[in-house]
Amino acid sequence: MRRTLLLVNRQSTRGYAMANTRSFEIQARIDEKRQAALQGGGPPRITAQHQKGKLTARERISLLVDPGTFREYDMYVEHQCMDFNMSDQKITGDGVVTGVGKINGRTTYVFSQDFTSYGGSLSKTFAQKVCKIMDRAMQVGAPVVGLNDSGGARIQEGVDSLAGYAEIFQRNVLASGVVPQISLIMGPCAGGAVYSPALTDFTFMVRGTSYLFVTGPDVVKAVTNETVTQEELGGAGPHTKKSGVAHDAFDNDVVALARTRELLSYLPQSNRAPAELRYTVDPVDRADAALDTLVPGDSHKAYDIKDVVGRIIDDARFFEIMPDYARNIVIGFARMGGRTVGIVGNQPLVSSGVLDIDASVKAARFVRFCDAFNIPLVTFVDVPGFLPGTQQEHNGIIREGAKLLYAYAEATVPKIAVTTRKAYGGAQCVMSSKQLRGDVNLAWPTAELAVMGAKGAVEILWRRDPDGRAKAEEEYNRLFANPLPAAQRGYLDDIIQPSTTRRRIIEELEILQDKQLKNPAKKHDNMPL
Amino acid sequence: MFRFARSRAGSRVPALVKAVQSMQQTKRMYFGPCKTTEKTFDKILIANRGEIACRVIRTAKRMGIKTVAVYSDADANALFVREADEAYRVGPAPTSQSYLNVDAIMDAIRQSGAQAVHPGYGFLSENATFVKQLDDAGVAFIGPKEYAMAAMGDKIQSKIIAKQAGVNTIPGFDGVVRDAEHAVAIAEEIGYPVMLKASAGGGGKGMRIAHTAQEVREGLKLASDEAQSSFGDSRILVEKFIEEPRHIEIQIIADHKGNVLWLPERECSIQRRNQQVIEEAPSTHLDADTRRRMGEQAVALARNVGYNSAGTVEFLVDKHRNFYFLEMNTRLQVEHPITEYITGFDLVEEMIRSAAGLPLTTTSQDDVRINGWAIESRVYAEDPEKYLPSIGTLSKYQEPHSWKTPNDVRCDSGITEGSEISMYYDPMICKLSTHGPTRDQAIATMEHALDRYLIKGVTHNIPLLRDVVSNKDFAAGRITTAFLAEHYPGGFKGHRLTAETAFQLGAVTGALQFIREARESGDVSKRSASFVLLIPQLADDGAASKLEAQVTLELLDSNALRLDGSNQFRATVSTSSNGSQAANIDLRTQNITVKWKIDQPFVETSDGTTLQYLDPLALGMRVQFMGTKFDIDVLTPEQRELMRYMKEKEKLDTSKLVLSPMPGTIVSVAVKPGDVVAEGAEVAVVEAMKMQNVLRAPRAGTIKAVHVKHGSTVSGEDILIELEDEKTN
Repeated sequence: MRRTLLLVNRQSTRGYAMANTRSFEIQARIDEKRQAALQGGGPPRITAQHQKGKLTARERISLLVDPGTFREYDMYVEHQCMDFNMSDQKITGDGVVTGVGKINGRTTYVFSQDFTSYGGSLSKTFAQKVCKIMDRAMQVGAPVVGLNDSGGARIQEGVDSLAGYAEIFQRNVLASGVVPQISLIMGPCAGGAVYSPALTDFTFMVRGTSYLFVTGPDVVKAVTNETVTQEELGGAGPHTKKSGVAHDAFDNDVVALARTRELLSYLPQSNRAPAELRYTVDPVDRADAALDTLVPGDSHKAYDIKDVVGRIIDDARFFEIMPDYARNIVIGFARMGGRTVGIVGNQPLVSSGVLDIDASVKAARFVRFCDAFNIPLVTFVDVPGFLPGTQQEHNGIIREGAKLLYAYAEATVPKIAVTTRKAYGGAQCVMSSKQLRGDVNLAWPTAELAVMGAKGAVEILWRRDPDGRAKAEEEYNRLFANPLPAAQRGYLDDIIQPSTTRRRIIEELEILQDKQLKNPAKKHDNMPL
Repeated sequence: MFRFARSRAGSRVPALVKAVQSMQQTKRMYFGPCKTTEKTFDKILIANRGEIACRVIRTAKRMGIKTVAVYSDADANALFVREADEAYRVGPAPTSQSYLNVDAIMDAIRQSGAQAVHPGYGFLSENATFVKQLDDAGVAFIGPKEYAMAAMGDKIQSKIIAKQAGVNTIPGFDGVVRDAEHAVAIAEEIGYPVMLKASAGGGGKGMRIAHTAQEVREGLKLASDEAQSSFGDSRILVEKFIEEPRHIEIQIIADHKGNVLWLPERECSIQRRNQQVIEEAPSTHLDADTRRRMGEQAVALARNVGYNSAGTVEFLVDKHRNFYFLEMNTRLQVEHPITEYITGFDLVEEMIRSAAGLPLTTTSQDDVRINGWAIESRVYAEDPEKYLPSIGTLSKYQEPHSWKTPNDVRCDSGITEGSEISMYYDPMICKLSTHGPTRDQAIATMEHALDRYLIKGVTHNIPLLRDVVSNKDFAAGRITTAFLAEHYPGGFKGHRLTAETAFQLGAVTGALQFIREARESGDVSKRSASFVLLIPQLADDGAASKLEAQVTLELLDSNALRLDGSNQFRATVSTSSNGSQAANIDLRTQNITVKWKIDQPFVETSDGTTLQYLDPLALGMRVQFMGTKFDIDVLTPEQRELMRYMKEKEKLDTSKLVLSPMPGTIVSVAVKPGDVVAEGAEVAVVEAMKMQNVLRAPRAGTIKAVHVKHGSTVSGEDILIELEDEKTN
């Protein structure tokens, strides 16, 4: 038998059985139910699950948590539905495995939907099991990881099932900003079910075996006459590249669970605890000479901001979030001097690192996550501005861009920004600027902080004098294409040699550890949505 | 002692301070102190780039000469530009507009006031017209005179001069043979074995080797028939067949005063596509007498053309130590460091002295001795299997300097971490040379140096170099120009794990994972751990398989696991190959000490192995071991158990696509949609780093789409052309 089963068996109450017949009989029933719960939908369905390249709910938990640490709750729960002969069809556990375990020694609550039991469909009792661990997680201050693999609502239960979803949504919202919530989509997740992952902090998918959509291909065909496959409609591809609903996708269940463990190592247990310090031998004062020549002298030449980030953070270990969506901005977690930081960087390699709707929304939510969980923000700025055009304007770049501005402005965690090259126009204001309560704003000698680039500026200022433009452009470049004007006005705290960036950031973070800053008391804010 | 010298110098003589500082910047010294005390030049210009420019600058600084670099746009940030005292831009990246741009270089000479020019190798180093222009401008050329260069530059003329000078040339009959008996007569005169080859020939067609008169008669018939059918020309030539040929060359140095010395030979037989990969000095093949005779012939040739600088006479040597003149290179050779290592001469210093009218530092042949053994590996940014160049930024770059006593390892390179290997120039990263009192020690040092060489960001050929220097035939000195083709007929496929290396790799990788997991969980008290490793291996035919290794480690130290030092383990590794049905199971248990600072690149073990920890992977890690990179899945037993249910993701079907093998520029496209092509037909040519790469149809079919045109810039793996099955109506 698989190790999982043996492991759980050890917790059996068999040892406490008393020698009278009645209790022996009860014991036998308890054991029977326990065995039934461990079997889920039964061997044929487990085989079918494996044939799809998917693991069972319990196998997934066994890979997610440290060996031997999972404590299951509500194993004996069964649904209470009487309609459609459902009372004859009971699967102990009712389609979801819930409990608590340790991930790298830290308490984490887990629910794992069991596709082999009623297709993982959600009943009233199913929802109650999930809500129970979410309530506990909020009380003790520990993350919740949800492993989703469900056909949707249990139709036989009707409105009870819908109520169950809504109960979970409510808890997702209440837990938001209190404990980290992570959703793994490891099978179908459709209809109302999609809104729970959408409310959590991070959603990851498994390539080829997971789908997220509000309505499936059949309904799409019936309503809009559009023919589309599940994969095209709601697979990992569209959600990590186009919609941005999923934060990343992994090749299979084993990899997805391993990477989830890794992500959790960066995060604090709750908004009441700091993220754990992690041991590293990477010297805090490590100078990196390659940074001094990394930004090309020709400002029309691109470079990869991830090269910059990798050279500055601990051990070049960067956990990128949404790597395939709005690639003109890079976000993710790293550590500096052993402490978790949230990294935001404009990516000159993609569309010159311009801010557009997708990039603004992507970064805004990440900034808010970091602020909610007291993770300092380190921002690398190389931004030519907001993307112009009707497509952007008509889709609301004003409102969407305001989200990132709002997120930076309201954040009270330590905020450090390093301008590596361009910081033009409104985008300069947005990207963790001094005026948005940026704590330390540094610039490399290659930085240019200005309202716009020389060419554009001269075309406006010398509108009526095209002949004077060449000379004016030279003058503009001499005056503004360097970090001095901003530093002379105190908008930059310092201009630093790129090779010393790591040391400077770590020093400043250490000082800012004790930073205290509070926003005015209010019921809640009204950020643009 | 050194510190004392610095502090004294610091207070008194600024020039001394600078000299000492430049010595510290100079990575190390290979040829003792500078021998030149006379004045040579105030300032020289180096008309070259990269490592050779750095090399010349190093000696110039030792001699107290100011240096001027010239650079193209692509090299504006290069190390040699930073190391030179002055630098002048000579044009955009392409060499024809920059390093071969004589006008721009002449301008730089005028502006800088340089009195002499060192050409390095390649580019203008053997351009007699350039030498003439310098002569006319009154600027010294640090190299031979125009006449000697021109005479040796012409292959036919150089052979004639060599014959006149009494140098052995490959014996043969310059005319066409009339009939079989004529061929036999010629063969008898030359001596067997002989090669019969088509006058119009090429590509091995119409070639026959004959060891006896009988074989000549038979071979002539077959060769001429084949020549007729292949080239429509049945004429046949006869020449000496060189058995097990080796490429061995003699370094000579000469001055204006008629002094010519020969220095011991370099063995340059390990070549790929006629480009040398590993060289050594001296050669295992020569005895003292042959060496002396080759040296004397080289000197005779040099005298004959009035040679007055450093030069190299190349010979082909057969297995009986008969040697034949190939050509003379009238420049500093790429592989000159190994000669410097075993002789103590600074060849650049000798060249500069000669150009300044000074005699050689020694004029007595008796002063030339062989000191130990030296080996040079050319580290290229190219894949070691098909030799395709790789471009990109060196994200991590550490040369193997300080791990051993000084002077055993020499790196001639022109790059630092963060440098770019661009598509415009030679993809050589470094010339890595090692020295030892014996050949075995030089080889051992080379193995360690290759293991301690950290390169990330580009694909490189260290895997191949490491495999060659550890090869038994190489160790025994059994080397010919066909070495690589014979040992890696289908291309190099990476280090083939043996029972012993599989244990080492398995045990160390397991230990690294043990340490990593202890850090992740914040718990260093665990005493044992078990993992299952899946290690990829490539067969000769390119078929991929995975070696499965079960690794169990028990911590032997009484202390807790150390995250930044040595840990001693009792390691049990059992391996079985899942590629074959009949699994060979090999089980070993051994104690092993693993020294690693967590997440740092170098891992040392008690058995002397060095392993590089390169990157963490989603399920395991990438390590470099025996030169080869391994992407190893490191799984818990439970992960391994469940992994069997996971499906391999379908890869893009590339059988109908022509992908760009590397980033570059499309030089030509030979097909258009609708064309019917045969398998292997040329469809496009992509150029990168001076190399044109012909792309061929992977299968027969009809061209469906062409996504590029002449001049398009492409990245690696871009889809250039799509094919579809030929339509059958």
